Amino acid sequence: MRNMTKFKIAAAAMTVLALVGAVPAYAAVDGETAYILNTFSFLVNGALVMWMGAGFAMLESGLVRSKNTATICLKNISLYAIAGLTFYLIGYNLMYLDVTGYIGSFSPFWGPVDTEALAGTFADGGYSASSDWFFQMVFVATAASIVSGALAERIKLWSFLGFVVLLTAIIYPIQGSWVWGGGWLSQMGFSDYAGSTLVHSVGGWSALTGAIILGARKGKFTADGKVNPIPGANLPLATLGTFILWLGWFGFNGGSVLALGSAANAIEMSNVYANTNMAAAGGVIAAMILTQIMYKKVDLTMALNGAIAGLVSITAEPADPTVGAAILIGAVGGVIVVFAVPLLDKLKIDDVVGAIPAHLCAGIWGTLAVAFSDADATFLTQLIGVVSIGAFVIVLSTIFWLILKYTVGIRSSEEDEIMGLDKAELGLEAYPEFGQGSQSF
Amino acid sequence: MKLVMAVIKPFKLDEVRDALTSIGVEGLTATEVKGYGRQKGHTEIYRGAEYAISFLPKIKIEVAVKADLAERVVEAIAAAAKTGQIGDGKIFVFDLKNVVRIRTGETDADAL
Repeated sequence: MRNMTKFKIAAAAMTVLALVGAVPAYAAVDGETAYILNTFSFLVNGALVMWMGAGFAMLESGLVRSKNTATICLKNISLYAIAGLTFYLIGYNLMYLDVTGYIGSFSPFWGPVDTEALAGTFADGGYSASSDWFFQMVFVATAASIVSGALAERIKLWSFLGFVVLLTAIIYPIQGSWVWGGGWLSQMGFSDYAGSTLVHSVGGWSALTGAIILGARKGKFTADGKVNPIPGANLPLATLGTFILWLGWFGFNGGSVLALGSAANAIEMSNVYANTNMAAAGGVIAAMILTQIMYKKVDLTMALNGAIAGLVSITAEPADPTVGAAILIGAVGGVIVVFAVPLLDKLKIDDVVGAIPAHLCAGIWGTLAVAFSDADATFLTQLIGVVSIGAFVIVLSTIFWLILKYTVGIRSSEEDEIMGLDKAELGLEAYPEFGQGSQSF
Repeated sequence: MKLVMAVIKPFKLDEVRDALTSIGVEGLTATEVKGYGRQKGHTEIYRGAEYAISFLPKIKIEVAVKADLAERVVEAIAAAAKTGQIGDGKIFVFDLKNVVRIRTGETDADAL
């Protein structure tokens, strides 16, 4: 439950107090101080999550060919902008305002209401309204970023952005209301701390339906069914992007403690930071060892995907596992990536950056793994959450993709695809002084 | 006069140059090239999928020398570029009809 009512937060705070003893060993800070610290946490952690947009932009820039680099950069910065606009327009209220169980309120134009705090009244666990909105908004952008990488190099710019509007305004907020808005899944006991399912799998499912409907890049699969790898243009950029995502993830998971107004909050947030880091480390090492064994060479791009998969895996429950358990949860994510990437190739699904293995497959694993570390979660409720949100996103995203396909069209022309979307859509090249020498053979 | 052309492994270029300098060769031209031989390139794996590298990077060197030096040039290149592994390259020797040094207008042996 992400955006709990003030009452629920107070109840949760009492539970924490009850756990550490009726009288806490530390002196609680006063209401205004806690309010300031909670707000501070949302703002700083939210800014870290916003920076993940840069991570996705660099990761995807590195894994596409140089002729599509400028386009993928433009998609990344524009999808971030769109996510903010739609979340302001209807998204936030659809997700958090008066959630009836399956959906929030359709009242447009979110705006901050801080009347109580301005009057000097501070409820337990309080924070400024805009800090909460900001923190929730940057998560929407993350879900949309996942789609852009998978569908890179062959989707029309404006059709892609059209889907981003539908994803961020409708798909994401509605399913989000089921859990973080206090809807039916949260009442059932489904737990997704920072969004393995709500954010990463939602992006992953949308990427999967999109990749199937859009089709593979020209030349990725030969007529007789063989896979023709299309190596990325710039692996240093892909590595930088992964490091940036790793950094941003501390905000993604750490900020999802949703409070920093007490020592208990600070301890939990610290544990989340440590577990998040170690899960990513586990994912990298697992992917490295596995590719060395399977292919006799380490695959850098798999190690990068392994880091992301480790991070996604721990996102559903970064607070409860021990450090050792966090490493294992992340390592399983890394293993999943190494097997899921060639599996997608076998199915003729072209995912340019490995977004589906890292975000969808690892997201499902991480959500189910909550049952191992969180005593309140059961495998069954976790599975119900994964399946119901998965079904919802598959159906809705398929409808949206098909509508786009049969109205404005989603696939770039063959000529544009071969020339590169940078020249076709933007009329420029990302690296005009380097030419296409490396691609001449 | 002879023109000795050799295709060698790129990392052997410095050793070949030193070997040629030590037997009195005054200059050479090197070009980055790509090609394949009897192995037809090789395969690599990217993200779990095998793909063929049809053309391997090589260095092509060209050395123009007096005819009596040609045999030693060939020997020097063969010795310096040899690793004993697949892909060490080949040496080709051509008869050379004319040479002109552009700056001075000298021709043939004087221009080498």
